[in-house]
Amino acid sequence: MSLPISARKQGENQPDDAASAAKPPRIKIGKSAEDSDKKGANRRVKDVEICVPIVYGTTAFYLGRKASESQSHKWTVYVRGATNEDLGVVIKRVIFQLHPSFNNPTRVVESPPFELSECGWGEFEIAISLFFHSDVCDKHLDLYHHLKLYPEDESGPQTTKKPVVVESYNEIVYPDPSENFLARVQNHPAVIVPRLPAGFNLPDPAVSIETNYEKEKGDTKDHPFSQWFMNFSEADELLKLAAARQQVQAHIVKLRRQLSVMDGLPQLSKPPAGYEFS
Amino acid sequence: MDAKDILGLPKNSLPQEKKPRPQKDSQRKPDGISREVYALTGGLAPLMPAIDASQLKKRPPTDEKITWQWLPFTSSARKDNLQLYHWTRVVNSVPPTGDYSFAKYNKSVDVVKYTDEEYEKYLTDPMWTKEETDQLFDLCQRFDLRFIVIADRFPSSRTVEELKDRYYSVSRAMLIARAPSPGDVSGHPLVKEPYNVSQEIERKRALCMVLSQTKHQERKDAEVLAEAKRIAESRMVTRVAEESELPVPSNAAPESAERTSVPGDTVSPSSNVQLPSAAVAPSTATADNASTLASLRMLRVYLRTYALEQMVQAASSSAGLRTIKRVEQTLQELGVNLKPRVPTKLVCAEHLELRKEILTLLNLQKQLQYKEAEGSSFRDGSYADTPGTPKDRTFVPDMSFGGERVGKRDQKRKAPGRLSEAPSSPAQSKRPRKFKASDL
Repeated sequence: MSLPISARKQGENQPDDAASAAKPPRIKIGKSAEDSDKKGANRRVKDVEICVPIVYGTTAFYLGRKASESQSHKWTVYVRGATNEDLGVVIKRVIFQLHPSFNNPTRVVESPPFELSECGWGEFEIAISLFFHSDVCDKHLDLYHHLKLYPEDESGPQTTKKPVVVESYNEIVYPDPSENFLARVQNHPAVIVPRLPAGFNLPDPAVSIETNYEKEKGDTKDHPFSQWFMNFSEADELLKLAAARQQVQAHIVKLRRQLSVMDGLPQLSKPPAGYEFS
Repeated sequence: MDAKDILGLPKNSLPQEKKPRPQKDSQRKPDGISREVYALTGGLAPLMPAIDASQLKKRPPTDEKITWQWLPFTSSARKDNLQLYHWTRVVNSVPPTGDYSFAKYNKSVDVVKYTDEEYEKYLTDPMWTKEETDQLFDLCQRFDLRFIVIADRFPSSRTVEELKDRYYSVSRAMLIARAPSPGDVSGHPLVKEPYNVSQEIERKRALCMVLSQTKHQERKDAEVLAEAKRIAESRMVTRVAEESELPVPSNAAPESAERTSVPGDTVSPSSNVQLPSAAVAPSTATADNASTLASLRMLRVYLRTYALEQMVQAASSSAGLRTIKRVEQTLQELGVNLKPRVPTKLVCAEHLELRKEILTLLNLQKQLQYKEAEGSSFRDGSYADTPGTPKDRTFVPDMSFGGERVGKRDQKRKAPGRLSEAPSSPAQSKRPRKFKASDL
């Protein structure tokens, strides 16, 4: 390669001479974070479904002596990981939309634990919008939860000791996550990642892009309300479903047998033709 | 709230106040028409007002004296100077001038006229004699190309399509022959799109078929069309998502091809026929499921409960509302939540499978009842059967259900000789029913 250097200046970006032969690999490494941000973020992994189980709901305490007419209860609305792990790895912010009678009804929570407390007297529907980190998903998800203040059994006075807790379980599913995202959360306890096919190479997780939030405790393991958190075990439900399916399957078998028996039976005492098909 | 009232502050910020005003304007009625009359139009002004409303209330100027007189008139549309009479509005003793007002509507078609030489040169045809062609053109001229009438009056029996074909090909040939160069007339519709006899015959036959379709047929066709649309959409989705779900769209094709085997129904979407058929046994359920899965994968993020809802909807798409209610009832009887309390992936999958199995079960029950009804209608005793014990409330489907419902079902067929039905059916309907024959 004896091209004059001046000619090569135009092609500075084309390191095809011996001197800069070493450059290509170095450029790659140097840019790796950027590259994987762009390429990895754009490259999506099919057939790998990332699942984040969450629980969201409200906990409401009656204020007892301190209650006034307009503020009889203190309640908290929250979104937590189903196993109380830190959701901040996936969720960037949560916006709680309260009843318009509240001041600034749009409440934004920028860091985990994603919760909001207020005082009031009325029950209403709270809209919860989950916004994810940029490498996770551009779209947000909306959840709706009805705030319950008054206990089911209305007998007797309300107690200030035991709150009224209503929680719902759900799972956020990312059907084709970006490589970056996958690499970042692969081993995080809040996220369920299926086993990757053998030989699957993920880029090294780039340093978290927008983790400007202090590494405070974002999980809810020692949350003051944890004693009232509801238990969501799929085992019970699975058992019930399995039992129900068995029952249904048994009936199906029985009916199929009956049908085939009927098909085999000859018709009894046919009246003269024309009676049925009038 | 109240504080704002007390302070006299505006309740809402300005932008909100402006909204009601423009809306109000459009709700005002136009002048000139009374409110009730305007309301008859549906409360919305027509896009192009047919009548200028202000004209309606106008009265003729009082300086004009109007009389009505019985006067003669002629029409330029007539060639024979026939004089007729009619009532005329005379203003100040001046009768109106001008042609008969309807004469301008007497338009006729320019039917091409050919000479004998031209006929010999360009227009001879083995199927047509010159005489017939001349007759045809004469009729065309007289009847302004109303081919139905022409066909009726044509001396020898020719179909409308044949006549049209002859007329258009003659006109086309004449046009080309008389044109200075072929390029001049290539834009003319006659030249660009020649009349296609076979296509016309086919088209009219198809229209006839559609017109004479029974309601049942119509519904079936609508179903097939909807399915074709769904298949097309799912194919598009799968193509976009680059999924390799090959069997799916082709699965649905044979099924829909079966349904379009209505005798000679060419109007049915030909796209169905074009879809590749697969050897795999078809089932619309799999098509729905797969298309739902594909559309779920298109979303970057979704909730497990949403996915379950979609899959349930897809699975029950072929079932009617009542069947769906019965599925839910069955679920409740089995002690299963309609919406799982802990919707994990596994739980949702099991739930979906359970629903599908219940659907299968209900279908089988229906089949069984049909068979029962058919079978027992041959037996004499069943008509006098009155419902005995109250319905069994447990989940077990009771075979005796079939016998009881025979009467009601056969009523629909309006067969003779079943006088005992009327009293028994009201009694039946009062009992709570779980598996109704009318649901079928």
